[in-house]
Amino acid sequence: MEHFATLVALTLAAGTPLVFAALGELVTERSGVLNLGVEGMMLVGAVVSFIVTATTKHPWLGVAAGVTAGAAMALAFGVLTLSLMANQVASGLALSLFGVGLSAFIGLDYVSAVVEGIKPLAIPVVSDMPVAGKLLFAHSPFVYLSLALCACVQWFLFHTRAGLIVRAVGESPASAHAIGYSVARIRYLCVIFGGACAGLGGAYMAVAYTPLWTEGMTAGRGWIALALVVFATWKPWRALGGAYLFGGVTLAQFQAQAMGSEIPSQLLSMLPYVATIVVLALISRDAIAIRLNAPASLGKPFHPDA
Amino acid sequence: MRISLEARPQPSRSMAWLSPLLAILATIVVGFLLFSSLGRNPLQALYVFFVKPVETLYGIGELLLKASPLMLCAIGLAAGYRANVWNIGAEGQLTLGAICGGGVALALEGVGTGWVLLPLMMIAGAAGGMAWAAIPAWLRNRCNANEILVSLMLVYVATLLLSLLVQGPWRDPEGFNFPQSRMFADAALLPILLPGTRLNFGLVIALTAVALGWVFVRRSLTGFQMRVAGLAPAAAHYAGISMQRTVWLGMLIGGAAAGIAGVGEAAGPIGQLLPSMSPGYGFAAIIVAFVGRLHPLGILLASLLMSLLYLGGESAQIGLALPSAVTGLFQGTLLFFLLAADVLVNFRLRIVRDSSIAGAARAAAKAGI
Repeated sequence: MEHFATLVALTLAAGTPLVFAALGELVTERSGVLNLGVEGMMLVGAVVSFIVTATTKHPWLGVAAGVTAGAAMALAFGVLTLSLMANQVASGLALSLFGVGLSAFIGLDYVSAVVEGIKPLAIPVVSDMPVAGKLLFAHSPFVYLSLALCACVQWFLFHTRAGLIVRAVGESPASAHAIGYSVARIRYLCVIFGGACAGLGGAYMAVAYTPLWTEGMTAGRGWIALALVVFATWKPWRALGGAYLFGGVTLAQFQAQAMGSEIPSQLLSMLPYVATIVVLALISRDAIAIRLNAPASLGKPFHPDA
Repeated sequence: MRISLEARPQPSRSMAWLSPLLAILATIVVGFLLFSSLGRNPLQALYVFFVKPVETLYGIGELLLKASPLMLCAIGLAAGYRANVWNIGAEGQLTLGAICGGGVALALEGVGTGWVLLPLMMIAGAAGGMAWAAIPAWLRNRCNANEILVSLMLVYVATLLLSLLVQGPWRDPEGFNFPQSRMFADAALLPILLPGTRLNFGLVIALTAVALGWVFVRRSLTGFQMRVAGLAPAAAHYAGISMQRTVWLGMLIGGAAAGIAGVGEAAGPIGQLLPSMSPGYGFAAIIVAFVGRLHPLGILLASLLMSLLYLGGESAQIGLALPSAVTGLFQGTLLFFLLAADVLVNFRLRIVRDSSIAGAARAAAKAGI
């Protein structure tokens, strides 16, 4: 049982960056904007949080900086797609390519740096309980934060007036505009929120999960998060489940390597990517579920005059 | 007073060609600011980055050498992009091409195939790239799975596959345990075009692809149908143009071109299989395709520019002690500015003076009246 609790804890830890990134992208897409730059925003969030942590020795300050950096990247994407009406697919790709380049450039001096990361938070007394203590009360603070964020996003989107407006903008921007809402402003806020979440996911990886910085350390998690949003059919709770599923796959790969499996490590490392493809294909087959849940204006630019 | 965007009735053709130039100019300005903020003499730094690499004949050779795979990949990608088929996995298709082409070279070593070997490698590489691109195409048509995500995931899988091969079955037995294959025999290497440089026959292949690309887009019915499918999907459907066929063609052309580019790298400057066969040519080709306006001639010019960015990064590393990662930064910046400048293609900037009634009304609304 103790071993099981450890496995659960490791799965949650591995899935948490995906939870952050996927929730942020989910809100962005609910407002009708497809931002393919998640990978770039995560990397920049990771490198900025790591550099700030390494220089100030305050990891939470680093996390704040990483969130800000992710939001700033998203703002640049917003200017391109919302103010300058650029193609969202191309701009998202640009954001990812730019993020990869920028993070590699500014992080070069920190590749072998060591920081004191954010350790798991064992809640006093209750975490000493056998099994349940480890299972429920001894995770990284980020794990609790991601669960809270998921609950908040769910509540916001489906139980508040503001959430209804966001969904309306995603379904029919022209109608939302006609009854007096500023489509651009609402989309800007959603895009920036998405960037902040991606930055948070990156920051978690750089100052808590590993804690270190290597070039391209997110290893495609931003792209997996994009696939998760489709898998979740744009519902926060399902995104959470999907993220932990992938956390489990990542973990299975490390466990097999640690146990000295005969299978070459490269084949095991392919698992999360192959799993993403399989899951994406299976869920996309259900055309009705996708059409009913996907925001109707996803990826389409909106200009009041055009 | 504020600036507002006014939709143009038709996209401006002159702006379509002007906006890449504006983007290049803006990128150079950013480079100027970046170099000065890093405490380098900006003019000298720009010289080291953009001029020094191509001052010698060898440098020109390198420029064309690196432009070849970029050109080839971008021509293939553009075929899909024009039809709204977003293949962003050229890097993986290139890797598969290198694996298949390189595999043929290793398997037929010493068999005495003569001149047939290189064409065989090219065919194998193209087939490998196409097979890799067929996966997202099939999943898109069969399951409606997003080809962007699938093709990108396959980049990681391809890189791991190559790493598996060069560390396992294909590892050079005399290679001191380095993860690399044997060096290819001379018959498996592309002939050098310009003595004294590394420029090889790959450039001829790339230029042929550019010419074929032009014929395909401008002179063939299929090319026309694919353009229609991209510009007006509803009209294309009404006219009986099959979207499934468009997806297949768009992906497979991109895969074949990238696969051949992969063989070009393996049989060209590298001459063996290594764990990484390209410094991100497949991703840079996406930028090349956009900066070149998806037009063959534009792609030709844009690939030269992108190649110069690669050389500039290397030159900056030696001459300015700057990390070569600055290349990726410039690439991303260039694409950013291009997309921003593209607003001028579809919109007119208009300065609206707020002295009118509308302005007064807005001021009143702000004051809460």
